[in-house]
Amino acid sequence: MKIPYYPGCTLSTTAKPFDTSARAAAVALGFEMEELKQWNCCGAGFPLTPDNIIGLTAPTKVLANARKEGDTVTTLCSVCYNVLKRTNKVVRDDKEKRRIITDFIEEEYDGSLDVLHFFEVLRDKVGFDKVKAAVKRPLTGIKAGAYYGCMLLRPFEDMGIDNCEAPTVFEDLLEAIGCEPVDFPDKIECCGAHMAMGREDIVEKLSGNVMQSAVGRGAEVIVTSCPLCQYNLEKSQPAMAAGTAGYRPVPIVYFTQLLGYALGQDETTLGFESNAMDVRPLLKEKGV
Amino acid sequence: MPRIGVFVCQCGNNIESTVETKEVAEEMEKLPGVVYTCSYKFMCSSPGQDMFKKAIEENNLDGVVVSACSPHMHEKTFRKASEKAGINPYKCEIANIREQCSWVHPDKTKAVGTAKSVDLTRMVIERLKKNRPLKTINIPVNKRALVIGGGIAGIQAALDIAEGGREVILVEREPSIGGNMAKLSETFPTMDCSQCILTPKMVEAELHDNIKIYTYSEVEKVDGYIGNFSVRIRRKAKYVDEEKCTGCGACWEKCPFKSDSEFEMGLNKRKVIYTPFPQAVPNVPVIDAPNCPKIQKDKCGLCAKVCGPQCIDFEQEDKILTEEVGAIVVATGYQLMPNERFGEYGYGRIKDVISGMQFERLASASGPTGGKIQRPSDGKEPGSVVFIQCVGSRDEAKGVSYCSKVCCMYTAKHTMLYRHKVHDGQAYVFYMDIRSGGKRYEEFVRRAIEHDDAMYLRGRVSRVYERDGKIIVQGADTLSASQVEIEADMVVLATAIVSRTSAATVAKTLGIAYDKHGFYNEYHPKMKPVETVTAGIFLAGTCMGPMDIPESVMMGSASASKILALFSSDEMAREPITAHVNAMTCNACWDCVTACPYTAIDKEEVKDRKGNTVRWQAQVNPGLCQGCGVCVAACRSKAVDLAGYTDEQVYAAINAF
Amino acid sequence: MKLEKKEIKSEAMQQLERMTGEEVRDCYQCGNCSGGCPVSFEMEIAPSQVIRFLQLGKLEEVMRANTMWVCVGCLQCYSRCPKSVSAAKLLEGLRQMVLRKGENHKEIEDLPFPFLKNAPQQAIVSGFRKFVS
Repeated sequence: MKIPYYPGCTLSTTAKPFDTSARAAAVALGFEMEELKQWNCCGAGFPLTPDNIIGLTAPTKVLANARKEGDTVTTLCSVCYNVLKRTNKVVRDDKEKRRIITDFIEEEYDGSLDVLHFFEVLRDKVGFDKVKAAVKRPLTGIKAGAYYGCMLLRPFEDMGIDNCEAPTVFEDLLEAIGCEPVDFPDKIECCGAHMAMGREDIVEKLSGNVMQSAVGRGAEVIVTSCPLCQYNLEKSQPAMAAGTAGYRPVPIVYFTQLLGYALGQDETTLGFESNAMDVRPLLKEKGV
Repeated sequence: MPRIGVFVCQCGNNIESTVETKEVAEEMEKLPGVVYTCSYKFMCSSPGQDMFKKAIEENNLDGVVVSACSPHMHEKTFRKASEKAGINPYKCEIANIREQCSWVHPDKTKAVGTAKSVDLTRMVIERLKKNRPLKTINIPVNKRALVIGGGIAGIQAALDIAEGGREVILVEREPSIGGNMAKLSETFPTMDCSQCILTPKMVEAELHDNIKIYTYSEVEKVDGYIGNFSVRIRRKAKYVDEEKCTGCGACWEKCPFKSDSEFEMGLNKRKVIYTPFPQAVPNVPVIDAPNCPKIQKDKCGLCAKVCGPQCIDFEQEDKILTEEVGAIVVATGYQLMPNERFGEYGYGRIKDVISGMQFERLASASGPTGGKIQRPSDGKEPGSVVFIQCVGSRDEAKGVSYCSKVCCMYTAKHTMLYRHKVHDGQAYVFYMDIRSGGKRYEEFVRRAIEHDDAMYLRGRVSRVYERDGKIIVQGADTLSASQVEIEADMVVLATAIVSRTSAATVAKTLGIAYDKHGFYNEYHPKMKPVETVTAGIFLAGTCMGPMDIPESVMMGSASASKILALFSSDEMAREPITAHVNAMTCNACWDCVTACPYTAIDKEEVKDRKGNTVRWQAQVNPGLCQGCGVCVAACRSKAVDLAGYTDEQVYAAINAF
Repeated sequence: MKLEKKEIKSEAMQQLERMTGEEVRDCYQCGNCSGGCPVSFEMEIAPSQVIRFLQLGKLEEVMRANTMWVCVGCLQCYSRCPKSVSAAKLLEGLRQMVLRKGENHKEIEDLPFPFLKNAPQQAIVSGFRKFVS
């Protein structure tokens, strides 16, 4: 089985391990992430002003190209997922906007694509029970904090991947690979996002809240599904650790890295070395 | 020797947790006359009552004491069960060992609770030994009703009673029925025209065979008691013969003299001979005597000259008549607090500061402007209007402490009416909270804001003054924490609803209770919301507190249904707990007459065979007596005793302690 | 503060509502947005107050505050709003009102090189979209 896959800019560059580990995990589960033949940047943000039609042209172009290769497109990055899924809805439901956009990009597209997140592929196409059955190295005893962030969940009426106030899809996956998910109150709070550009103080505060909330509940590793979340959390942790008595830093990894490891994939494809804090000592300590 | 049974209830854990009920029962067994005792988990349950009845029958008991909760709760239950088991219900007494013992003595060792329960029960047993069987009193019922007040609540009550087949006398003080509702333009939240939904009911009342309407009339005196009231009504002189008048209108058209219209809230003039509004019921004019030159100075008399049927009678005098009824509905309504009390809002000084009721008249198609929103000063259409809520309401310092309940809704309605009539007008509303807790009310307020652009500002207005021909409203918007200033063309005050000036007088005439605000008290705020403490007198509408039209109508219907139930039998049973005067010891000092809050004691002349007065004595009317016992306490010669609570019984209980 | 009818429906206010598709009068000021906003600690006026000033037509009060520039667009405000008013959209609209005039909130040359080198693309792209015209 081949699944049309949209990596997006970040997964092709600074978040390469997210991409390679996901591809490796897919292989272990018997399918292939086939990168779209042609793709461009999604715009890294769904335009919040509905009159901003130009902001929808880039993602529509992505969708139009993806449509040529199948009836679904899968993403890993939460932001890409958010932008593509919401753009797709606008193109599907708003005929007037569709006409303006498709005229502009000179492509025909009607919104008939199903935009999926890798979570949905695993949950709805593969099935978490099958994932569980394929696990070779169950991550038994590892207390993992699933950090959703914003873009995967909100706004609910557009995203609909899970209950946006009390989601469980992430934890369900972690449980399938043997982890012990740690629920923590800030799992759906913001990491600071684009404030990374010039307002690191805000990022440090928001990401710090997330880390403290998770580690305070006993998380030994934080698992993310977005390169920007990953970056902000990693970048904020040193300051957080320095400024908070009794706080012990923990590794922060992409969910696909743990998934690939549990499915017995070669460590060289998982990119553990690129994480700010190595998760391998923890894995070793737990004997998995 | 009496044969008494004692039943101690555990009330689940309510009593048992601090009272050893078994021990109480065993202690009681030792008393002389007690032949049966027990303790049980729930005496009031079905099996509990079966056990109770069985015990009475098997042990041939002639009196029972149930040690349980307050007699308010289950006295009726056990008295009924006693009667079924064959003993007089008044030979069943309750000892309150829950509210007065277990609930207030948290001692978990049960020592205090048990000891006190023993005392309480023993006292009641001793009292019971002195109980005499009593019989319920049956009183004949006069199946006619009186409704005081011809507003929507009174009209509804009258119509429902009349539809139930009973005669109703509807007394209204003003020249027409209709009340305050007749003045309203539209009604929330449906926005249907007030007069359009009210006038059919007014006409229906006028034409109903079972309803007799006395307008321009007041109730002066009420005697008697439930089922048998005698009511004195003053019919004020209208100077117009109602029987002959056709309502043609020639008199008020020709009348050359004018006075401020009460109905139009002073926004317009009316003639001195007038009907308050075109749809008046009855459509018969009255002469405003203090302002009529003919009556005052014998000049004019034009109305009499133009009257075809010759029904003007300047010599007419007030008439007094008496009606006999079995039940009374009080529906005397409300009035508005004088706005002048709030100098900061400029009412009375600034012409374009008006009351909410005046705005109703401005917005009404039948009003002084024909429904156009025009400000009183110069008749111009106001481009912006500020509405101020809670003027006098929720203001303990200068107004009243309560919420007038309808202002939030009618203010929202006003902003909509204004907007519908002045499309580019801007309404501002100063509010403290928006209270819109009725069916479709919240949605209505949101509609005013979201569809009709009313600008709601959370805060109070501090002052209103004039500057360069504009009205300046200065207040707060607490949501933005800002002091705000608005240049307005008109200001509307949502004035507090208060009780009628005459409320206390009417209450005293009827013998009903009222609160510190002058609103009539219901018997029980939840379980008896339309009854008063005086049997046979019921409440409807805003005379008992601020309420809206649906609630007033509901209360009118509720009172009517209570009355129809009362009228469904020829006689009604009363509790025999009434006072009795011992003629031999009464010395006719009349202290009891003065003390009685129900005017239930009469002065009775005792005559000899030849008809000469021998002496006087007090006489209790059992229909009126509520068994409160005030007369017993007041009597210096110990001539009054209360059946069921005789001195003998009370002393027996005290001595047993 | 003087309330003016013409300000409530000013051209700028109409433009903002057109741009965002939001109607500020729908907000009943429950404060849920301000209650859940993760960046409220940094804001000079809270999101609900922004909407309040917009309701009053006081655009300049909002423009003076830093709120729109520190909103992270996490949508927590909208996601919990009982009236489905999006403070996030309104703040985006306010940013756009500035940016579309060609006024940058941040200059690219001021950004530190390590950030540009290490940050994920999406941070840079979305940052540009929020701060640069």
